[in-house]
Amino acid sequence: MLTLAELVVERGATRVLHGIDLEVRSGEIVALIGANGAGKTTTLHAISALLPVRGGRITLDLGEGTAKRLDRMSPAEVVACGVVQCPEGRQLFASLTVLENLLLGAYRRDDREAVKRDLARMSELFPVLGERRNQSAGSLSGGEQMMLAIARALMARPRLLLLDEPSLGLAPQMVDRIFETILALNREGVTMLLVEQNALAALEIADRAYVLETGRIVQSGTGAALLDDPAVRAAYLGLGA
Amino acid sequence: MTAPPFLPGPKAALAMLGAAAVVAFADLYLSTYAVTLLSLVMLNVALAVSLQLTNGLTGLFSLGHPAFMTVGGYVAAILTYPVRRKGFMMPDLPDWLATAQWDLLPATLVGAAVAALLALVVGIAVLRLKGHYLAVATLGLIVIVRVVINNLDGYTRGGLGLSGVPRLTGPWEVLVFTLLTVGLVWRIKHASLGRAMMAMRENELAARCMGIDAFALKLLAFVLGAFLAGAAGALTVHLVSVITPGAYGIPLAFSLVVMVVVGGSGSITGAVLAAIAISLLSEFARPLEEGLELYGLSQVLVALGLILVLRLRPTGLFGSREPAGLGRPRFSGGTS
Amino acid sequence: MSAYYLQQLLNGLMLGSLYALIAIGFSMIYGIVRLINFAHGDLLMVGAFTTLGLASTGLLPWWAIALLVLVTGALSGITIERVAIRPMRGAPQVTGFIATLAVSVVIENGGLILLSGQPRTFLFPEIMRSRVTIGPASVAAVDLVIIGSTLLLCVLLLLFVRGTRMGRAMRALADNLLAARLMGIDVDRTIMAAFAIGSAFAAFAGLLWGGRFGQIDPLIGFAPGLKAFVACVIGGVGSIGGAVLGGYLLGLAEVMFVGMLPPIYSGYRDAFVFATLILVLLLMPNGLLGRPEEDRA
Repeated sequence: MLTLAELVVERGATRVLHGIDLEVRSGEIVALIGANGAGKTTTLHAISALLPVRGGRITLDLGEGTAKRLDRMSPAEVVACGVVQCPEGRQLFASLTVLENLLLGAYRRDDREAVKRDLARMSELFPVLGERRNQSAGSLSGGEQMMLAIARALMARPRLLLLDEPSLGLAPQMVDRIFETILALNREGVTMLLVEQNALAALEIADRAYVLETGRIVQSGTGAALLDDPAVRAAYLGLGA
Repeated sequence: MTAPPFLPGPKAALAMLGAAAVVAFADLYLSTYAVTLLSLVMLNVALAVSLQLTNGLTGLFSLGHPAFMTVGGYVAAILTYPVRRKGFMMPDLPDWLATAQWDLLPATLVGAAVAALLALVVGIAVLRLKGHYLAVATLGLIVIVRVVINNLDGYTRGGLGLSGVPRLTGPWEVLVFTLLTVGLVWRIKHASLGRAMMAMRENELAARCMGIDAFALKLLAFVLGAFLAGAAGALTVHLVSVITPGAYGIPLAFSLVVMVVVGGSGSITGAVLAAIAISLLSEFARPLEEGLELYGLSQVLVALGLILVLRLRPTGLFGSREPAGLGRPRFSGGTS
Repeated sequence: MSAYYLQQLLNGLMLGSLYALIAIGFSMIYGIVRLINFAHGDLLMVGAFTTLGLASTGLLPWWAIALLVLVTGALSGITIERVAIRPMRGAPQVTGFIATLAVSVVIENGGLILLSGQPRTFLFPEIMRSRVTIGPASVAAVDLVIIGSTLLLCVLLLLFVRGTRMGRAMRALADNLLAARLMGIDVDRTIMAAFAIGSAFAAFAGLLWGGRFGQIDPLIGFAPGLKAFVACVIGGVGSIGGAVLGGYLLGLAEVMFVGMLPPIYSGYRDAFVFATLILVLLLMPNGLLGRPEEDRA
């Protein structure tokens, strides 16, 4: 579905990604793990067209032989193609209500009836959001905010959901709940690219995974294979070989 | 880092001698008009360079120079005004002021000090906040100063303005003041104080982490700039012998900002050259405007030129740099 | 309430309405691009002269003139954004500020060149000058028109920002730029809309200003523009509700200052307004309804 080929990205004068190759297939959860500063968030920002691409390609396969180059689009056009990001640190519209946040998730959509149905569905998926629909997003707890951030991204009806550090700053039980939710959504057919520092949790739910080190992909494989890999275990899981 | 340049470099020394030669030549051979024009250009240089300290080096955005000039000018003029005409022109003055008739130097210093004091009050209120509040507050200050002087007519003759201020300023006084101003700002820029100011301009958080007291530094730059502007105002009044409440207003504030931006924020050489060029341009554009009856045309052109510079070369002509050979160590500050 | 105080109250509300109309645009624009648009006050002048020009043709009814003034203001705002603000995006904040200052100089001096500095008499329909009796006080009809049309515009704006997609996008953009981009909000178009609406309001204030005070010249926008900024600071810069609140508070305070103190102080009116600014900045820099906000280039 999504292919990154020889992707080179710079932040200001610093080259962060030195030509990475990565693929996400339809229906998968693909995890991108790595240390702080390896370039994980930069990769997602490049896909969402928040950063200019200096080299290489980002291609979105729409099936039936059509494909689009995301690296030449504006952020709004990328969203219109169904590639939606749930950013690090949640980035909610804190002064707006829960409902308004959800509606902004559907900003690019014109199908009002379907948006209404999706709103109802979000209340089913995350009952607490339905209860607090008229409360400001900033007044929610950390876990509730994370659910709102995911729900807001889902409101765009993503083909591909980019998840950046969904476990960041959450209490352990909440992390479990979020990862259960992610897995459940995937079973309903949402394809995901998941960036995580919590490599163990990410690899456990991922179909496949890539390891990013200082702007280069150093390893890839199925989630299970990487969980067993001695180098990965030592470097990212804090476990012995 | 090498020691700050206590002595001017060879080119700067040459420029100083050149300026002195121009003043001497004008003083000896040229008309009063030309000498006055030359003095006003030099005062603009001093004003632009002093604003460079506040806006360029420190990254503040003050539009307050005209207010400080007005305050410095009025205070100094009241101090030097001939005693025999004071009772008629300024009936409300207390006795000790009504009987005082000072020399230019002490009057200028007091005028500058009052301007600096005003800056201190405004600065304490505003400099802790984000930059644009200073811009609006100093703009408001221009209005406040004008309104207050207009209404204190027993001290200032109000809207009529003070005429007949003794002509105590000559081109040599102006030259000395301008060279002192440029030299002072130059030394600050190339000392650790100036580096701290520029560090703060580039990244206030990082500068604070290095132990720089951002607020104190901003206050210093703002108050010192106001002091120099007040002194320039005092000298100007005693050059042209008249001052009115609205003589120095928003258009001047804008011109000075243009000089700093076009010259390059932080570049003293840039400010000097831009001040000379823009002062001469607007002086020579005046007969043209009057001939065509298009008052304001030069301002429009300057403003459009400024927008163009901001779009094409946002760091100005010189960035933050000075050409080599003006001071001893070649210094290149941040240019972003 | 005695007639005198009611009169003063109405005067304050009238002046406050005008400040609020200008302040709204200041705040909307600041909220989204974190930039004080220096040329904003000059749109008042643009609106006033547009009104005068259209009215002196005698061809159009007043409602059409009002509509055209709103459109002219919106187009002027869009032009300012395109020429002086969009190209500076990403540059230090000061750059954008200087650019709007330059635009203000161009508009004011351009006005002087094209229209001359001579004040002109503003024509408003005779009926506006008639007096209306409210209880013990009598007010000019134009004052009621000012207060009424401001309230109408405020309600319309409220419905717009709360109830429409574009309005929501504007608030989202002011709240969180990164998230707004990730939701697919077209940042350029939303900024343009904010400039259009804010500038239309300021131009409409120009129509009302001319009608109320009777004389206009190319520099009339400066002082009200600066005062509207003071109103924004009082209410909390970036908050539309704060701008309206600040506008009315400032209008009432200014009228009280002039009306209740001995006449020798009334000359200090403008000094009072800006001294208030410095005092408010010192005591409550976030204003009444504002909140501390992050920087944005």
